[in-house]
Amino acid sequence: MKLLMFALAFWLGASLFNSWLAARFSHRRWAQLFVPALFGVTLLVLWEGVVAGFAISPVILPAPSAIVARFAQSTALLWGDFAQTILKGALAGYLLGCGAAIVTAIVIDRSPFLQRGLMPVGNFVAALPIVGIAPILVMWFGFDWQSKAAVVVLMVFFPVLVNMVAGLKATDPLQRDLMKTYSASYRDTLFKLRLPAAMPFLFNGLKIATTLALIGAIVAEFFGSPTRGMGFRISTAVGQLDMPLVWSEIAVAALAGSGFFGAMALLERLVTFWHPSQRAR
Amino acid sequence: MRNLGPILTVVAAILVIWYGAAVKMNAKWVYDQAARAGAEVSTSQLLRETMAQERPVLPAPHQVAKGLWQGVAGQKITSKRSLVFHGWVTLSATLAGFALGAAAGLLLAIGIVHSRAMDMSVMPWAIASQTIPILAIAPMVIVVLASLGIKGLLPKAIIAAYLSFFPVLVGMVKGLRAPDAMQLDLMRTYNANRAETFWKLRLPSSMPYLFASLKVGIAAALVGTIVAELPAGATQGLGARLLSGSYYGQTIQIWAALFAAATLAAGLVVAVGAIERVVLRKMGMAA
Repeated sequence: MKLLMFALAFWLGASLFNSWLAARFSHRRWAQLFVPALFGVTLLVLWEGVVAGFAISPVILPAPSAIVARFAQSTALLWGDFAQTILKGALAGYLLGCGAAIVTAIVIDRSPFLQRGLMPVGNFVAALPIVGIAPILVMWFGFDWQSKAAVVVLMVFFPVLVNMVAGLKATDPLQRDLMKTYSASYRDTLFKLRLPAAMPFLFNGLKIATTLALIGAIVAEFFGSPTRGMGFRISTAVGQLDMPLVWSEIAVAALAGSGFFGAMALLERLVTFWHPSQRAR
Repeated sequence: MRNLGPILTVVAAILVIWYGAAVKMNAKWVYDQAARAGAEVSTSQLLRETMAQERPVLPAPHQVAKGLWQGVAGQKITSKRSLVFHGWVTLSATLAGFALGAAAGLLLAIGIVHSRAMDMSVMPWAIASQTIPILAIAPMVIVVLASLGIKGLLPKAIIAAYLSFFPVLVGMVKGLRAPDAMQLDLMRTYNANRAETFWKLRLPSSMPYLFASLKVGIAAALVGTIVAELPAGATQGLGARLLSGSYYGQTIQIWAALFAAATLAAGLVVAVGAIERVVLRKMGMAA
């Protein structure tokens, strides 16, 4: 009970402190980092306090401290699952799918007929529950990472395609006319004007695709996998009621997802440093 | 309607490729059967047999259409084999979850727009929460809630809600901030308080953003529900249909369930679009 009281007091104090900080220092860089960090710590403290205070069974919701302990204890196991699911399945599928989407976008960009036909179909498919195709692909490509990569390819293809096609249209007539007065060929215009102009759109799609890639790789393992991998571990650990291990896998997934997203955001800043949304800060 | 020709061409091309792939992928089984019987396979026989298998590697489009038709019209809708029955189970959980998620996203967005402390502390975490492959924990949520005695519709709805709240939150924060400084100043010269500014300026100007994000959200809610139906134990819903099909190698059943889910997704998005048109026209904002 003491822990619960402490957690509640901490929560109250932290939120008051946060709103004071937000009111006075909202334009300072350190405050923009510190306020959300304190909010995150508050959530963890509250979680720990609630679990300890109400004596919630670890089978239902383990405390953060128990999860950290299990995480530290089974790093080798977690690393094996990470390599199987993220490095092999998700990353291979992500590279293949995004590469195919970019090439397809450049090809259909030359044909208005294909664009008018493919884009509505692409938009339609992008809204579909593509995850559902996982059992079929597991049947076709076997249990190992190849089938997971295939699911990821299908999941990331359409969002990236739709964004890339929009990006290739992003140049205005004035800029294209300028290229024409330079008597630039199609290739010159593509490489010097339209591909750079498409980059902000492309990165938008690439960032969306990072999460989709992880989801595809993990969910595909529910339909059959070798005896390693994050999806496999989650579904078997749930069966054994080993919740701290499940939460450790989720922590790995969260870290991998944030890291993947962060890497793409960093790359975006390097490539599209000229774009207003990057200069504004 | 200018796009109809190209779309039909693309769809026809997909069908042709599909038939070709069906022949190629199912051929091995036909050849194996023929080799066992010691017979030769002619081309016409190959074509006929690759498209009429019980458990093909890739069912031909007309087999899927037949499976879909039998699932929808060939059964009583209360039957366990009826796709209408399973579709309804999925649809009800999707709608419940979508309502929860959209309401949560809306309330959070209102809070974020009006409180700078909430903006600074919640928004980064809301974005971070989406880099987590949340579908991966769907089975755990289902099992844990089942052990608490909560079964049926609610656990699936929670996962659907979690997936649909984020697009609504982001869209509404953008939409509620859409009025420009001139308009806000005008409200100030009218001596309008915060509530009046919200109801008369911010909310109306956020409507286009709201509907754009509702469309994304409802598609996400359907995906969430289907994945939530996957873990062992679920016997109802399109997701369970997919899983049992994959266990027993009933490929036609998988494809039929997949197309039922696709139709459902398209129907939901179209329905939101129809509501959008009506609402925007009533508000005098029809495009």
